[in-house]
This record gives sequence, structure tokens and C-alpha cells, in this order.
Amino acid sequence: MFLYTKDAPKGDIRKVYGETLVELGRKDPKMCVLDGDLSTSTKTAMFGKEFPDRFFNVGIDEQNLVGVASGLAYDKDRAVFASSFSMFLTGRAWEIIRQHVGYNDLPVKLVATHTGITVGPDGASHQMNEDIAIMRAIPNIRVVVPADIHILKKVLYKAHETPGAFYIRLTREKFPIVYPEDVEFELGKGHLLREGKDLTIVAIGLMVSHALDAATILKEKYGIEAEVIDPVSVKPIDGNLLVESARKTKKVVTIEEHSIIGGLGDAVFSVLGEHYPVPVKKIGIPDVFGESGTAQELLRKFELMPDQLAERIYKWLKTL
Amino acid sequence: MVSRPSIQELQEIARRARIETIKAIYLAGSGHPGGSLSIMDLLVALYFGGYVNVDPKNPYKPDRDRVILSKGHAAPAFYTILAFKGFFDKELLYTLRQLGSPLQGHVSRKHTPGVEASTGSLGQGLSIALGMALKARVDGLDYRTYALLSDGELQEGMTWEAAMTAKHFKAKRLIAVIDNNNIQLDDFVPKVNSGIYPIEDKFQACGWHTITIDGHDYNQILEAYDEALKVSEEKPVAIRAITVKGKGVKFMENTPAWHGKAPDREKFIEAMKDLGVSEKEIEEFLSKYDRKN
Repeated sequence: MFLYTKDAPKGDIRKVYGETLVELGRKDPKMCVLDGDLSTSTKTAMFGKEFPDRFFNVGIDEQNLVGVASGLAYDKDRAVFASSFSMFLTGRAWEIIRQHVGYNDLPVKLVATHTGITVGPDGASHQMNEDIAIMRAIPNIRVVVPADIHILKKVLYKAHETPGAFYIRLTREKFPIVYPEDVEFELGKGHLLREGKDLTIVAIGLMVSHALDAATILKEKYGIEAEVIDPVSVKPIDGNLLVESARKTKKVVTIEEHSIIGGLGDAVFSVLGEHYPVPVKKIGIPDVFGESGTAQELLRKFELMPDQLAERIYKWLKTL
Repeated sequence: MVSRPSIQELQEIARRARIETIKAIYLAGSGHPGGSLSIMDLLVALYFGGYVNVDPKNPYKPDRDRVILSKGHAAPAFYTILAFKGFFDKELLYTLRQLGSPLQGHVSRKHTPGVEASTGSLGQGLSIALGMALKARVDGLDYRTYALLSDGELQEGMTWEAAMTAKHFKAKRLIAVIDNNNIQLDDFVPKVNSGIYPIEDKFQACGWHTITIDGHDYNQILEAYDEALKVSEEKPVAIRAITVKGKGVKFMENTPAWHGKAPDREKFIEAMKDLGVSEKEIEEFLSKYDRKN
């Protein structure tokens, strides 16, 4: 059913974000988009070019960015997309997001393009490894992490048509294409991408393709059959799919390009801890800051490349 | 301008509103009397002087004027005005801050009709107001957006982000009213962070038209609002209203200690007398509503 192979082509996440905003803007004359002086990076400039009257580049002031977006959205009569790099959007403006977007469940769709360690050469100041943790903690905010351009497009359409607040975590990097173009997305519904009986790997974002590659290595090298799940939405998370898989495999590994504190791993841990406790290994960025380097170099440093993931998982399985 | 109550009538509305505000805070046992009393005349002039197009029967009609209480701790004063305007029953004021009450400690749009934005965390209201003013442009509407600010929250950087951005987008019909009572929680504003002064220069530097008035003098308030309506067709307007914290209750006036606490029974009775309530009325009120004693 799924296209993914080790040599899958890559898709430009940011470009598809910009293109999809324009598509949505053509269908919906009320929709507004905001950015904070990063519109050429986030690609919201594409919307701004076609709809200058509904695009507001407020400059370098993310608190105000979210405040103005909230003012546009308070009547809940339109979708308002607000973009920046994740550090500034979710970090700098966290409290404004909480007080207005979250508390009132406003139809503000926060879409951050530069997230995780793969921000790369800009270094620790820009590598947002804590965004899922701080967005998950706010009631009403739906947290979604698309793994490729095809599901991204479906996520954006869903966010546009669904009332209420979203945090959509994109990336600076191009991601390998994992899904067919007609993939479906439903909030709180994950995708089982590979079936297996020995362990369950739950991954999001770029780590979905890495998990699929790691599963292939585990099978070829060690004969271990790993099941791979992409929950897509971290909040709400597809508890049924997770529990069903854990029942079968009895062992779960989570992989995310995010801190192991408060992210996907903890979301999965919470569900399983309550409904079907099995050993869970959280793989992600440990409790440290990043540093400058290329995305590939940093993924290797933090042992998030497929071969490294396969070895880490294999070693962990041996301890059980 | 449509016919409106005389200044004497507005002053009488404000006196009654101050009474209800202090009653609500007394029954709640907590709240912010100082900043509620200082902003009262500005609120009364705004809502009863004909400057706000709102319909309590249809509180969120698209072309209504927006009033954002950025200084969300003045909630008791704001609720009283909304009740007087007919948004909800006045009896509800006596449930302020109680579990299950629609009247939250700080204003919440989720809970109370007539509230435009959920505030309480300072410095955010001007951004919200700007967003609402820009929405009017997107939708081709000409409603006005008022942001009611405290002086203390001018210390929040986000206020100035919004002020600058309003100039950049040439926001129309955006009016900020600053309740400059010169006291914040800890102390007098100049003792905590004097850097907010001069207020007018800062707004002017951000491209705003400014007006300075005595925030308890109705002639000045009404004139300022009239001027703001005209000028805000061209550029945003900031009205610096110099006020007295605790205005109307002698022992609260100009006293930092009354920023954020409720009077006890004895002080409550004193406040009511200050506001011209007879001993008989005070006694009736207390016997009917006061469950604390």
C-alpha cells in the first residue's frame, strides 16, 4: 500500500506548505496568514504575494504575531495561519498562545517550519527540541507532526476545516516521501506502516522514514520483525492503535527528533502505562542542547540515523 | 452624536457602578478595587456616552464595536458596566470569582457575553485589538476597536510591539485608553519602573496621535472620545487618562495597598458610605447577601 523504500524521493515540506496555503486561500476568501519576518523561509510569502490584503508580516515580534492572529480569530469565523521558526513561535510566544489560542480554542493554526536538531548550522539557539512538550501541555491545542509532503497537505486541509487550535510541526529539511498522494488524515488516527511481531516502533516526522529503514535493518541483520507506526497527531494520540500493537509485540520504542522529555515518547508512555504497560524505550534528543553542524552530522551525533537506531534498538532488546 | 445622558446622569451611573463593583469584590473576598474604581468614569463615558455600538441581545454581531479590557483585573468594573448595559442580570455580579460563576476573576470571553478577549495577563490587549482592527479591514467593516490599558502594563514589551505594528499597517479606528492611575501592585509606578514616562512621547514616536486628559472629568473624557473618533480614521489614537486609583472611596484613593485586596466588613461599610449609600441600604444588602458573617 505504501510507497516507501530506502531510496524514496524527497519532498520539500516548506514549499508544499506555501503552495497549500495558496490553494486554501483561493477556496476561502476569509482565511488570513501571518508571519514574523521569516516568510521567505517559512514560505508563507507565497500566500502574501497572491493575497496581500489577508497577509500580515508583523516583523520580529512573535508575541504580537500571536496576539494579532488571535485578534483576527476571536470571532471563530475563519482559519488564521501563523508561522515562524518553532523556537520563536512556540517558545517566545508560549504564554500568548496559552492565554488566547489555547484558552479560547481559537481557530489559529500555528505552523512552525524550523524544528528539532535538523535546523542544523544555526546551532542550539534555533534548534527547538522542546516544542511538542510545551504545546502538548496546553489544553485544546492539537499537535500534529507530518512525516512527508503528502500527509502534510492533508493535515493542512484538515486543520483549515476543523474549528479550533492546532500546532503543526514542520521542518527545514526535505523529507523522504513515505505516503501515497491519496493518504488520508484523521485527527487522532495513526498509520500502521509496517507489520511485525517482535516490537513496535512509534515514530513521527523525519523519524518515520528512519524507523522504516531501521526496521529493514533489524529484519535483515537480526531477523527481528518490527512493527512501525506513525501516529501523525501526537495530541490527540491514537491510543487504540498503540495498545493493539503493544498487545502483539510487548515492547515499544519511540523515536522523535525532539527532546525525550515531554514529547512523543511521553505521550506514548502515558497511554501504555495506563492501558497496557510494557517496556518502552524513548529515543530522541537527550536532555542536552544541540550545536552547529549539518542536519546529517547532527542526526549521526545524536544517533538517530537508521543504522544507529537499529543497533540501539537491538541492544535494548537484549537487556529485556 | 446621538443624544446621550447629561454629565450629571453619567456621574450618577458611575456612582452606582462603583457601589456595585465594591459590593461584588467584598462578597468575593478578593479582587482589584483600586484599578476598577480608577477606570470607571472612562468606562461609563464609553458605554453610556454613545461610543460603543453593541447589542446585548446579539453580543457578537459582526459589525459591533470591540472593547478589549487589556487590564483584565478591572473585571469587576467591566462586569458592572456590562450588567448595567443589559448583557446579564445584575444579581450575577454577586457571584464574582465563585466556583461555577460566569464572572471569572479576570475577564474571559468563554464565560461572559460582552467580553471580547480573555485577559488578565498584562500587556496583550493592544495586540488583540490590533488584530480585531485589521479584521475590520479584511471584512470591509468600519467598527471601532478600543483597548483599555493600565499604565503598569506599558512596561510589557508586547504593548510596544503592537503600537509599532499598528502604525505599520495604518490601523484605522483603533483607540487605546490608558488608565494612568500611577500605581501598580508593588508601589507607585515611578518607584517600580519610571521608564514608562513620558507616555505620550512613546506613542507619538510609534506614529500614534495622543490626547491627555483628566480621567474623571466627563467634559474632558467626552471631548477626547470625540476627537479620537475623528483622528482614528487616519491614525491610531492613544488617550492618556490621568486617574486616581481607588477613585470614589476615600481610604482607597491613591493607595498602593488597595490595588488587589477586598475590604473587610468594616471597611466595606465605610466605602459604601463614601459612595453615598444609606446605612439602611447597607444593612439590607449585608443581611441578604453576606454569608461571611
